[in-house]
Amino acid sequence: MDSVATTAPQTRHNDKHSFDTRIIWRTFWILTAITIFELGVAILYYETDFLPKHILNGVFLIMTLAKAFFIIAEFMHLGHEIKNMVMTVAVPCLLFVWFVIAFVSDGASFRHLRNRYDRYEYEQSKTPVQKTEHHPEAKKPGVE
Amino acid sequence: MAQAVPAGQKWWSGGKSPFHVEYGKLMMWYFLMSDAFTFGALLIAYGTVRMSSNSWPNPNEVFKTFPIIGEMPVPLAFVSLMTFILIMSSVTMVMAVGAGHNGDRKSVMKWLFLTIIGGLAFLGCQAWEWTHLHSEGAWWGRNPFMNIDGTQSTTNFTNFFFTITGFHGFHVFSGVIVNTIMLIMTWRGVFDRKGHYLMIEKAGLYWHFVDLVWVFVFTCFYLL
Repeated sequence: MDSVATTAPQTRHNDKHSFDTRIIWRTFWILTAITIFELGVAILYYETDFLPKHILNGVFLIMTLAKAFFIIAEFMHLGHEIKNMVMTVAVPCLLFVWFVIAFVSDGASFRHLRNRYDRYEYEQSKTPVQKTEHHPEAKKPGVE
Repeated sequence: MAQAVPAGQKWWSGGKSPFHVEYGKLMMWYFLMSDAFTFGALLIAYGTVRMSSNSWPNPNEVFKTFPIIGEMPVPLAFVSLMTFILIMSSVTMVMAVGAGHNGDRKSVMKWLFLTIIGGLAFLGCQAWEWTHLHSEGAWWGRNPFMNIDGTQSTTNFTNFFFTITGFHGFHVFSGVIVNTIMLIMTWRGVFDRKGHYLMIEKAGLYWHFVDLVWVFVFTCFYLL
């Protein structure tokens, strides 16, 4: 970092022009590896139920955010822009923290309220139904 | 990491570009930020409705088919292929941008062409998946899949799935159109006359954003 700080903006502008394909391929392999890992975990869960689903969901979300970081920082090159410019994009995106927490917890709250006060709906939602042999033709839109 | 600014440099005293990026590219960033909130709103609405449901269909059961091999269940294999195609086309797009930096017209055209092929391959995969789900009886307002605990599901699952993947697919489609226009402009030497390939960078930003959104769609619909 310190060595970069001493270079003049003009030369840095030129540096930007020499693309390092090694970094691109490294990013590609990281993204591929994360995706394969996610897939492996998902299939392992499907076969064996080896971990509670909510712990897995946490793992998936962290992996997703890691992938997003690499795409934005390397492919979209945002990691190499001026900090002030990065902040004008990154700071408004902090709204997502509120956005996700507020709405998802609102959904959970609604589920609890409905389960408590609408017992009929609750019983219905807990009653298993027979797996019906579906008739694709009859279920196609427009076909009654 | 973020580009370090020399100490004492007066970026805002006039005479230079304080953000050190071209106007159009900056505006592309702000457009993408607003588009991120559009997709965010859709995905968070999905998350909210899913959280308010007592149960939900199992993605491993719903998305387990693969073309050609018939009814053999391979959970998530096809969507992983789609993810790989999109990541791969992102790489070719970066290569096109890099070639543009060097003013290498031939190379830009080659990589742009490969990017367009990747985009079309992704759209083809999505068309197959939609057709397959539709043939199983899934569509807006129709959900043939049961919840994971064997209870009756609602149409929320299919409604959100088709709306969000459809909106994303439309973005991919637009990206393919934009890239095709870029390819034609490169071929006609428009950027050589301009003296720079900054337009390719802007198209590239959009294309990577489409890849970025897919990462979240993949997690929300297929993994969680």
